[in-house]
Amino acid sequence: MINFDFVDRAETIATAAYVCWHCEDPTCAQVCPADAIKKGEDGVVMSALKPRCIACENCVLACPFGIPKIIPEYEQMMKCDMCYDRTSVGKKPMCATVCPSQALAYLRPEDIAHRRETPSNVFYFGAQKITTQVYMMTPPGTDSVTLDITEFMWEKANV
Amino acid sequence: MAKSPGTLEQLRDQYGPHLNYTPDGGWGKESRTQPDRLVKTHCCFCGQQCGIQLKVHGSRVIGFEPWEDFPFNRGMLCPKGVKRYLQSNHQDRLLDPLLRTDSDFVKASWEEAMALTARRLREVQDRYGKDSVAVYGGASLTTEKSYLLGKFARVALGTRHIDYNGRLCMVSAGTAYKLAFDVDRSPIPWSEIPKAQVIFAIGANVGECAPITTDYIWRCRDNGGKLIVADPRMTPISRNADLFLPLRPGTDLALLNGMLHVVLRDNLQDDDFIEQHTTGFEAVKASVARFDPRMAAAMTGVPPEAIEKAAHMFAKADRAIAMHARGLEHQSKGVENCSALINLTLATGHLGREGCGCTMITGQGNGQGGREHGQKCDQLPGQRSLLDPKAREHVAGVWGISPDELPQPGYSAQEIMNAIHAGEIKALFSICFNPAVSLPNADFTREALEKLEFFAITDFFLSETARYADVVLAGSLQEEEEGVTCSAEGRVIHIQRAVDPPTNARRDSEIICDLARRLGKGKFFPFETPREIFEELRKASRGGHADYYGITYEKIDAQMGVFWPCPTLDHPGTPHLMQDGISFYPDGKCRFQLAEWRESGDPVDDTFPIYLTTGRVVSQYLSGTQTRRIGGLVDIYPEPRVEIHPRMAEQHGIVDKDWVTITTRRSAITLQASIVRTIRPDTVFIPYHWADKKSANMLTHRTLDPRSKIPEFKVSACRIQKADGPPSWATAEVLVKIAPAGAAN
Repeated sequence: MINFDFVDRAETIATAAYVCWHCEDPTCAQVCPADAIKKGEDGVVMSALKPRCIACENCVLACPFGIPKIIPEYEQMMKCDMCYDRTSVGKKPMCATVCPSQALAYLRPEDIAHRRETPSNVFYFGAQKITTQVYMMTPPGTDSVTLDITEFMWEKANV
Repeated sequence: MAKSPGTLEQLRDQYGPHLNYTPDGGWGKESRTQPDRLVKTHCCFCGQQCGIQLKVHGSRVIGFEPWEDFPFNRGMLCPKGVKRYLQSNHQDRLLDPLLRTDSDFVKASWEEAMALTARRLREVQDRYGKDSVAVYGGASLTTEKSYLLGKFARVALGTRHIDYNGRLCMVSAGTAYKLAFDVDRSPIPWSEIPKAQVIFAIGANVGECAPITTDYIWRCRDNGGKLIVADPRMTPISRNADLFLPLRPGTDLALLNGMLHVVLRDNLQDDDFIEQHTTGFEAVKASVARFDPRMAAAMTGVPPEAIEKAAHMFAKADRAIAMHARGLEHQSKGVENCSALINLTLATGHLGREGCGCTMITGQGNGQGGREHGQKCDQLPGQRSLLDPKAREHVAGVWGISPDELPQPGYSAQEIMNAIHAGEIKALFSICFNPAVSLPNADFTREALEKLEFFAITDFFLSETARYADVVLAGSLQEEEEGVTCSAEGRVIHIQRAVDPPTNARRDSEIICDLARRLGKGKFFPFETPREIFEELRKASRGGHADYYGITYEKIDAQMGVFWPCPTLDHPGTPHLMQDGISFYPDGKCRFQLAEWRESGDPVDDTFPIYLTTGRVVSQYLSGTQTRRIGGLVDIYPEPRVEIHPRMAEQHGIVDKDWVTITTRRSAITLQASIVRTIRPDTVFIPYHWADKKSANMLTHRTLDPRSKIPEFKVSACRIQKADGPPSWATAEVLVKIAPAGAAN
């Protein structure tokens, strides 16, 4: 339920681990033809409801963060639900509990106030603006993160 | 005699390694089954010894739950810790003793296996003398088992030759700390790390080999601390280094002496500390005079400006910590390397104050505790010397024997294997050690194991070494026997018995005591429980540097660990050693040690022009006996690859994923290439956790550090060549797994 990979292993040891960002207006839910993806009052976006999910993969294709996965043996979209069984009873999600470097962390804002980085939760994918419940630590003074997919396409083409 | 029975394929079919992906009964059952209890214990793997809760249902471990109250890791775990429970209920688990026949291993009764072992050991000793039998132990054993094994070798067998796999870990650091401070333990607990202004990590792949320590370093950086990393490769922590020193393998000593040269040249030393707390400074000062930055740069390949900058950052900081691991230690001058780092720490006065110190990151689970109580070839319990008449008298008194009956120091781990090869040692009793994978020059190890007249091994899986055994005694996993271990910080912690050994497998301590009885020494081994062993250990260690007398299981539970020394029952333990810079020597002074340059035992030349260095990956532990059986870990990094810089790859016409043959003066192996810009262009790297034709230790050499006897795993000379195709082990099944078409990495 976590996407983890090297960013570009040939060039760097940098890695990235992403849980679901739990968007305020989730793209996966917008594109779901079966209305199977629900967001709770607490802002947590759940896996597709098994009785409704038709495993069409719209959500897999549409999510700009690349989070949802279809699990073939269950014919269902599953994704990070912020460890609902844990967080709903006051525990941290498992990933943030065990993460040895605390790159994934489940904290109150005041716990990270002293850090150099700025927490950001506004992302631009081209023209699409997304606001999320999960924050990314970004360089000081950053107010949003912008990704222009076409830029990466050009870079690739020039190699 | 002890040739491996049957073919490799037959052995692998029956005994693995097979991969376990799911808990007993599958994920569905796991999520439906409520555990009967959560057992607060510790991870069975590395020296961090993270607190973890095991979920137990009936007689089985079915999962884990983080233990957030344990202060060291506060719930954090690495992938090995998260998946560790999958070794319980594993299909490869040895459930009965095995006896070797010409074609196979066959199940035997305990009576049969133990009687045969005792008889054969006695026969060999009667014929060739007491010292013709050697004992191998391991640093994943609890301290009780380590203590018991030392006593078993010296009292039940009466042999000089007992040593352990910690000899392959950090003994050079232990020797250097003993020389400098007369004590072998990290001077500081990890809680000091976030308080430093500068962290200098040399030869320490913290992110992969001591993952939880990463959090301590990151917290230091969040507090504004700077990080200096010296390593031939960019390891995961170097991504956030303020200064990265990509030194040539085997040249750490030149870097450290070069840094000390700069400190003294620029008058950045702490004269008051040197004057009040140390001896031997003038000789060391003279010895580093020739290591000016230009010369240190020529030797290390690190720019002179970077060496000066590192020296300035470290010396000018009010609070600085130098930490090191296998990179510094696994060299034929490992003691000198660690001494040079201690010299730098002493000269800058970074000892005995808040946020200061030098520290070794001990690698193995009980790497610290396993070396304190008598399974080292030259030590008695309490970190006492086997040569010290007073120590012999004390321990002999506790054991109820005469000091004259105690053998003298014997051979170290590699020397034991050398003596087996030479025919001097004829029989071996081994537990918790897989030398077929972990000793250097694996062909030599195989030849030696084949020469043994008798070989008994205790293990829970059939390790690659166990294939050569005449008798395999089915022992216990860490979670199947109570005991203590001591973590890298010097914290003695309590390992709980979560479950009993399955079927006919037995507790390790029971096996050792049974064998002692059959050797006619039962009255010295009356132990029914680990607690009884611990009670005797407390007395045996009393008055030694590693004094456990004041430690009890109950105190450990109440305090979340007790740091040694702890001399009395009302003593809280000693998290910080050498407060105010006072060493364990009678005069309280710290000793500067000369750290003279010496070439590697396997130098590069025109035929073997490339440096080979070996190491670890985050998903595997040591020789892989346990972690190569856990599917989720194997998938992270399925097979060993050789890391090559693109510049070197281009010179040899190699592209990513090509098969490459690496040849050293010992042997050659063929692995898949990983072309990465994160390694020096004159160096290749191979992780060592695999066996047979995938083993990095096919390539390494047996040169030992003369004082600590640690092998030089980190520096060999090699050449590389693009191979015509995959090696025989890379079957179609393997190829699909490691090189799926179109995969990015």
